[in-house]
Amino acid sequence: MTDLSNQIRESARKLLQQREVELVIGFEQGTLPLRNTPCFIRGQEEAERLIWGSFCDNNLANYLVKRQEKVAIVAKGCDVRAIVELIKEKQVTREQVIIIGIPCQGMVDRRRIEAELEGKEILEVGEGDDKLILKGDGFTRVLNWNEYLYPSCEACTHRNPVIYDILIGDMVEEKATDRYADIAEFETKSPEERWQYISDEASKCIRCYACRNTCPLCYCQECFVDDTHPQWIGKTTNISDTIIFHIMRALHLAGRCVECGACERACPTGVDIRKLNRKLASDVKELFHYEAGISLDQVAPLATFRPDDPEGFMLNP
Amino acid sequence: MKAKIIRKQDIADLLDNLLRKYEVFAPVKRDDLVVCDRIGSGSEAFLDYTNSIKPPKEILFPQSETLFTYSSFDDAANIKVPLSKERPYLLFGIRPCDARSLTLLDKVFNEEKYKDVYYLNRRANMVVVAIGCVKPRATCFCTSVGGGPFSPEGSDLLLADIGDDYIVQVITDKGAKLLEEREAEDAGEDKLALMRKAIREAEASILPQITIDGLKEKLDRVFDDPIWGVLSEKCISCGVCTYLCPTCYCFDIVDEARDSGGERLRIWDSCQFPLFTLQASGVNPRPTNKERYRQRIMHKFSYCIDDYGQIGCVGCGRCVTECPVNLDIRQVLTTISNK
Repeated sequence: MTDLSNQIRESARKLLQQREVELVIGFEQGTLPLRNTPCFIRGQEEAERLIWGSFCDNNLANYLVKRQEKVAIVAKGCDVRAIVELIKEKQVTREQVIIIGIPCQGMVDRRRIEAELEGKEILEVGEGDDKLILKGDGFTRVLNWNEYLYPSCEACTHRNPVIYDILIGDMVEEKATDRYADIAEFETKSPEERWQYISDEASKCIRCYACRNTCPLCYCQECFVDDTHPQWIGKTTNISDTIIFHIMRALHLAGRCVECGACERACPTGVDIRKLNRKLASDVKELFHYEAGISLDQVAPLATFRPDDPEGFMLNP
Repeated sequence: MKAKIIRKQDIADLLDNLLRKYEVFAPVKRDDLVVCDRIGSGSEAFLDYTNSIKPPKEILFPQSETLFTYSSFDDAANIKVPLSKERPYLLFGIRPCDARSLTLLDKVFNEEKYKDVYYLNRRANMVVVAIGCVKPRATCFCTSVGGGPFSPEGSDLLLADIGDDYIVQVITDKGAKLLEEREAEDAGEDKLALMRKAIREAEASILPQITIDGLKEKLDRVFDDPIWGVLSEKCISCGVCTYLCPTCYCFDIVDEARDSGGERLRIWDSCQFPLFTLQASGVNPRPTNKERYRQRIMHKFSYCIDDYGQIGCVGCGRCVTECPVNLDIRQVLTTISNK
């Protein structure tokens, strides 16, 4: 990890020194043991702050939208997929961004670690090759970090950046997992059971919109939930309002969601937000043979029409 | 009144008795999260916890609440205000920081000029029983903002965990009255010594994390400083910090109309949302996260002092642990103090 951090710093310094970019977006050490945090580097001397570790879980592509200046961005597999979508949707130009791509081993889910320690407070974390050394008041625990990855990382099949300008570290082998196995299982449930599940999840929502605001593809100038003329949906935390928010958001992201999991990581109350997004992603993959954020040339299914587009799901849902 | 002893094993039974007379709210486990919610049985209370993910403010000030319903018929308006006479509320087992937050909410909703009947309807007969923090977390900074792990402010009774028993300190007459409802033995000197030791150790374990002295004056001077742009750059303008904050009280009022009737609702709002200050003309005086984040800090550490004579922060640390991008208020305040 130290080696990768050094390489990132070196690249950032060079880019800033040669005036290739005005800004480098990356991660720095967070204020809490299981956190790294986004940082914005504008001077070579600040590049020291940049690091790479097991807790670089925010999707930094979120910070590219609406920028005018030329930017370099530290990007793992899912961040790059979001950048690809943003370029395709003309929110960012390819020329504007220098992608410092990093093949990703997956990020560690701090809530899983905290659950493992049953509430014992972690005061210090050390990162070994494949171990996390957790220290607290009167205890030390050593865990294999790859057993505590975010669910989105466990299901990830695009750990390597699909496009990049600078590559940090070596490409990793992509996992051959059936990433929609849980979705297939969900589909076997009755409509009533599925509705119940989604309702139970949406009932935990406090409408803080952290999921929306942390999502790189949720960049609408005015979100439908914020519209007041007309007001499309109710503002309360009643289930009828929260569920509409989550369903509409999922529909707006159909064929666009890159499955980075940033929404779920941001949620303070543990709503299973990805279930709807991934159900739609798996449908889009099956019906339109399209995966978001994989190629700059492929046209998104919702951005085009073909006479032979499948329509069975509309006639016989 | 002398401090009393309650055995931990008797708590469920005690709450069951209190449930006959009170609407009881206590920390409970829901889907791996600890929340402060209405309980139907004493055994539901989960008291071996650090703090609830959501603060107890929603019990007095729900996230959405109907202020009145209306319907019109033959040109006559029929307005109904859903203010029912509820049984008295008992808040059991909340943390001293959250109890202390009620003292600020009381000032906001019980001003001289404006008395909020909805809040006061629930607050009037409410009894607050807090449990002191024997093991504060590293993100707790109550002692930096005038509180403490055993601060009595806002509580009627304050419990101290000394192992198999709780020592109950009586803070107010309301608390004394609640305690009278049950036989409880006086705490002996040996147990009081244990309590004092626990309090000393808990207080010592919370390190000073921010400097409040001179902070307001500093904040009032740096309003136009470019530092706000730097500090807020990673903020994603979500509502996590405000909605999980025990003292944030801003709300919006919306009408939901249906045919010739409808209801007027009060819902939580957040100064971090762009819509919060969007004016009908289309102008937004707080157009970016810089102005919005500055507002949150200014409100808590300057304007609240002007308006209510106290800081709008009790140091619970929820915004520290739950911010999706680890924007740490302690670091922000330290940066400003050092400017």
